[in-house]
Amino acid sequence: MSNAIIELNNITKKFDGETVLDDITLSVKENEFVTLLGPSGCGKTTTLRIIGGFETPTSGEVYFDGHLMNDVPPFKRQLNTVFQKYALFPHMNVFDNIAFGLRIKKMDEKIISNKVLKMLELFNLKNYGKRRIDQLSGGQQQRIAIARALVNEPKVLLLDEPLGALDLKLRKDMQNELKAMQKKLGITFVYVTHDQEEALTMSDTIVVMNDGIIQQMGTPIDIYNEPENAFVADFIGESNILKGVMHDDYLVEFLGKKFECVDYGFGRGEEIEVVIRPEDLVLTEKSISPLEGIVQSVTFKGVHYEMIVAVSNFEFLVHSTTKAPIGTTVGLSFTPDDIHIMEKGE
Amino acid sequence: MKDRTKYFSYPYIVWMTIFIILPSFLVLLYSITSKESNGITTINFTLENYKLFFDPMYINILFDSMTLAAISTLICLILGYPAAYIISTSNISKRNTLLFLCILPMWMNMLLRTYAWMTILGNNGLINNFLEMIGFQKVNLLYTRGATVMGMVYNFIPFMILPIYTALSKMDIGLIEAADDLGADKKTIFRKIILPLSMPGVISGIIMVFMPAVSTFIIPQLLGGNKNMMIGNLIEKLFILNGDWNFGSAISIIMMIIILISMSIMNKFDVDKEGGARLW
Repeated sequence: MSNAIIELNNITKKFDGETVLDDITLSVKENEFVTLLGPSGCGKTTTLRIIGGFETPTSGEVYFDGHLMNDVPPFKRQLNTVFQKYALFPHMNVFDNIAFGLRIKKMDEKIISNKVLKMLELFNLKNYGKRRIDQLSGGQQQRIAIARALVNEPKVLLLDEPLGALDLKLRKDMQNELKAMQKKLGITFVYVTHDQEEALTMSDTIVVMNDGIIQQMGTPIDIYNEPENAFVADFIGESNILKGVMHDDYLVEFLGKKFECVDYGFGRGEEIEVVIRPEDLVLTEKSISPLEGIVQSVTFKGVHYEMIVAVSNFEFLVHSTTKAPIGTTVGLSFTPDDIHIMEKGE
Repeated sequence: MKDRTKYFSYPYIVWMTIFIILPSFLVLLYSITSKESNGITTINFTLENYKLFFDPMYINILFDSMTLAAISTLICLILGYPAAYIISTSNISKRNTLLFLCILPMWMNMLLRTYAWMTILGNNGLINNFLEMIGFQKVNLLYTRGATVMGMVYNFIPFMILPIYTALSKMDIGLIEAADDLGADKKTIFRKIILPLSMPGVISGIIMVFMPAVSTFIIPQLLGGNKNMMIGNLIEKLFILNGDWNFGSAISIIMMIIILISMSIMNKFDVDKEGGARLW
């Protein structure tokens, strides 16, 4: 608890009687890059808005640096937000937009000018100070929005899907830029996105949310490799989720066969769910393969082929750089490491 | 297809030519010809009509009209801005009711509405009867400059409220949240975000109130009596009573020029070139 900068304790939020957040407990450490990840309507943005002060929780407490913040309005909080639609002031130029927060603090105009110019330089927008907002591209506006928040040197920066409106290439560049900046400036980032790849790329900690409940919290590697339930497995990348039974530690049965695995600690005979990632399945000779099935479809995806292979009643999604023609029988191989066991959902 | 769509504009162009361009041209023609030459064959061009206007008496009327219109516009702004703000910040159902109430009087004939004020302000009107009832002396309300201003404010205030309301309701709530996030309190948010972003609406409102106010003749005639002649009354009188179409036209042209100049000055203050609430 010592270095937690933001703590949410049992936060519940209801809009018109409808529960949007259900008993969320979450703590964010200083200098951490935390991502709230989930499909739209999962409550991630509401969580961010509660931290920012734009919504008050129906019940539960918000702590910032150890102080209770429930009733503190946004303008008194030591954090800044980068909004989804940037929310740049259209009647001001780039310089005035960035200087807005500093001018509110009645800082000396000279210091303001220094700080703003430094920000413009940091974001490669050196000569853009006099430009009007509508003369900028989406990517530039986005950087101005981040600069406007960062220039205030907040302890925490909240980002609400800031890259959502950018094209793929620009988004990738900005992801790296943001991550580098976060490390360099040592500011805590709380980032909201529905893009699982973005979350995996940038975060120290990912909080997967659905239906107003935290599904899983952990490092990107943990979340990807050891999803706690079918929702997380399905949402973080594509997966094959099968019903199975745990026979012993390190021994699982599915599709009528027993397989070695690396999981343990489940009850004997416990019904579980098995996750195998499509990229972990390899097409192999039938003779040496533990499973064999018939190719149902082949789609070219650029880097790989996406195939659906039916093994008895189950259709496996397979990502492979080699392809097999539709209708042929192929073997599917995987290692014990590729099998992830989850507790069975409802 | 693209070529054909232009035909759709033809009826409008014909309409414009017959009812806007042609009359304007005729007014201009009357204003620069002398009274004696009212025949197509013998047109005498002269600037005498314009010269006539620069008589202190007429200049005073012009000045007076503009002062009264400016006062009315200012009152409309002072009353209209808060009204527009309240409408734009209330919830949907309340907002629609308020907007409806705002537009409702416009469904009635302006003449009727102004006559109604005569019975309210008159010597035996509602206010004076009330004053008498509670033991005060009767006050002379009707046929004063105040009554004229009152009538103009009453008649034109919807034209102030509506554009300001449009500008305010189009404003992105995100901008207000962003300013809040950056440390601005409510007063600062209003001063630095809401007010400047609603300026296009304010300017439209000012133009839409000032223009009819400066040229109205019904309101000063009914509520102001004959004491305060405004430029509208003067033009009306020249056309209807004196039959001096040439001088009347000249004054109309002068008014048009003054309005055009003041409009272009107003537009200079308009910072937001993208603002959709602008009229011009």
